[in-house]
Amino acid sequence: MNNLAVAPSPHIRSNHTTTSIMLDVIIALTPALIASVIIFGIQALIVVLACVLSCVVFEYLSRKIMKRVNTISDLSAVVTGILLAFNLPVTIPIWIAVMGSFIAIVIVKQIFGGIGQNFANPAITARIILFVSFSSHMTTWAQPFYYQNSGVDVITGATSLTLLSEPDKLPSLIDMFLGIRGGCLGETSTIALLIGGVYLVMKKVISPVTPIAFIGTVFLLSAIMDSNPIYQLMSGGLMIGAIFMATDYSTTPITQKGKMIFGLGCGLITIIIRQFGAYPEGVSFSILLMNILTPYIDKATKIRPFGGKR
Amino acid sequence: MINSKRQTKGIFLKHLKNTQEQKTIKMPLPSLLTIPMLQHMGTPCEVIVKVGDYVKTGDKVGDSEEMFSAPIHAPASGKIIAIDDYTSVGGVITKCVVIQTDSKQELSSQITPPVIHNKEDFLKAVRESGLVGLGGAGFPAHVKLSYPDTDKLDTLVINAAECEPYITSDYREMMENTKDIIECMKVVQKYLNIKNAYIGIEDNKPEAIKILDDKTSHEQAINVVKLKSKYPQGAEKVIIYTATGRVVQDGQLPADCGVIVMNVSSIAFLARYIKTGVPLVSRRLTVDGDCVKKPQNVEVLIGTSLKEVLDFCDYDEQNTKMILMGGPMMGVANYSSKAPVIKNNNAILALSERQAIQPPTTACIKCSKCVYVCPVNLMPLVLEKAHDSKNLDELKNYSANLCINCGCCSYICPAKRNLAQKIQLGKAMLKNTQ
Repeated sequence: MNNLAVAPSPHIRSNHTTTSIMLDVIIALTPALIASVIIFGIQALIVVLACVLSCVVFEYLSRKIMKRVNTISDLSAVVTGILLAFNLPVTIPIWIAVMGSFIAIVIVKQIFGGIGQNFANPAITARIILFVSFSSHMTTWAQPFYYQNSGVDVITGATSLTLLSEPDKLPSLIDMFLGIRGGCLGETSTIALLIGGVYLVMKKVISPVTPIAFIGTVFLLSAIMDSNPIYQLMSGGLMIGAIFMATDYSTTPITQKGKMIFGLGCGLITIIIRQFGAYPEGVSFSILLMNILTPYIDKATKIRPFGGKR
Repeated sequence: MINSKRQTKGIFLKHLKNTQEQKTIKMPLPSLLTIPMLQHMGTPCEVIVKVGDYVKTGDKVGDSEEMFSAPIHAPASGKIIAIDDYTSVGGVITKCVVIQTDSKQELSSQITPPVIHNKEDFLKAVRESGLVGLGGAGFPAHVKLSYPDTDKLDTLVINAAECEPYITSDYREMMENTKDIIECMKVVQKYLNIKNAYIGIEDNKPEAIKILDDKTSHEQAINVVKLKSKYPQGAEKVIIYTATGRVVQDGQLPADCGVIVMNVSSIAFLARYIKTGVPLVSRRLTVDGDCVKKPQNVEVLIGTSLKEVLDFCDYDEQNTKMILMGGPMMGVANYSSKAPVIKNNNAILALSERQAIQPPTTACIKCSKCVYVCPVNLMPLVLEKAHDSKNLDELKNYSANLCINCGCCSYICPAKRNLAQKIQLGKAMLKNTQ
């Protein structure tokens, strides 16, 4: 007679794993990756690969040094790498990108205990630190298809957000929707990001509440302020932020109500920074600020048990 | 028939009701029966026989002075050859009576149909029958029915949801003993003065819904309620809500909101007891799992060893890695195949290593899926942390005491964390400090 195993119930488990969820996120990011390579050329792919590779290496090394179980197989470092790269201009020097990976993985994620323990979104925080440290590198925007103009390395231009005050220089709506505009390499193509978002909602990886609340607030407030709401939606990092960063599990609230508050807060802060702040873009700051509020939102939005007291 | 639209949160599982269409087969008499003195929720029974005694079928072998207990009877005639210590799967050590059965199989002379004139007679008869909840919890039936404030009671819910995968023993009861169920519902309604009765059945059992609906068509006070096939539909609080719309509040018994819930096999047994006087000495079990070559429903004497039942169903002993008493969601993994069948077993599953061994646990990624599936609206990820940090305030604040241990949270968890187990441990921590 072989030994019988005992274990706590339940004795069957669903097929989801952390890895399968991360894989779904990677699949959802693929359309935007393809779009970025079409718009900004092969250099976009190089930046993405550099970020992914360095994130995975940093994750591996920090787990090793801290003598913890290795977690690179959960693919979360790959997701962070792609998201970080998507938040950088295509012209970024690779060493700055690698530094971003170090900030994201080692400082923001692993020092706080690794996956699920970080309070701030690694890619967003890394982007902000790079942005304030290397502002000229971080705000050099390549024009779409610049790589086709031989001889000229980079033709820089302003992003659509800074152009909002000069309407005649704005790209057409259809160009905005497809992503043919200046900006960070993965943030420009609204359609590609939306496809990814729909995939994640269908796969039940993310709840649509956060993106809808976030994007909806930006739309409404910019409409009230008469600031071209459609362009506001498709400009800057709103789409990638609302769909992929404001829905990060460990840095955003648990309940649907909490997610709604999170989305509303992000939208509000984004518009305030865009309209009144010194920086043209406020999406990443808004997400980081709301990340900090998340534990409080979680406390305030505790759900009432069935038959229980509030 | 009422089609209930009410739902709680929960999960959708593969039904795996492989044994649904097979008639119940009676197992041959085993040579040895091991009768533990704890087969119910509550106080264990005292052994009231001695080694060497001869008992007949239906003779009492264990009883208790306590209210919260249920007597235990000899399932077959034979000689008491030992009274040993027995460790239940829950870790409680009690006595057990070992009976060597003989070929006579005489019924005890004490067995006569109970004489019932009023509520007191009825409750006494229920106690003497040895009935405990046959759906799995093993709550002594007479305790449930002795709710003091009778005026409050107005609804009887028969739990025939059978929401766990594999298990079909309640389904077979409905198909084979339809009349018993309805008869006894009327008896309970009569003596407890209960107006309305519902039979809650999941919609994956259309045949059972049809047959019970046909048989109750002329009964004004009995309604079949079709429920969505969603686990844990058969959990007491869940079925009370989906069948009647009432919510059992924190600290309340179902009876406090006017409802008595009984398992469908329990009520059918009670009908037979009232007719014949034969106490609870056998029961129907679903035997299934990937190591069982002949999955079926068998009628088994209480005290038969799991191994004997599994052998009868031609199981692959070599490859069996886990033996579950009950379904895969809430069943208990037994440490030994020598353990006996007890009253509240409704299934035995023999699982291979591939099915039995769960993947390793990884870090919580705060995906909140556990919150989205909890039928009683708890926040398992918060409770797990509260348990791990021994934070009693947090455990209390987030209502660990309301957990029904259905296992939905652990099932859905992508990090494969044992959330339900942790919440149960947290619940115990809270209890110990009170």
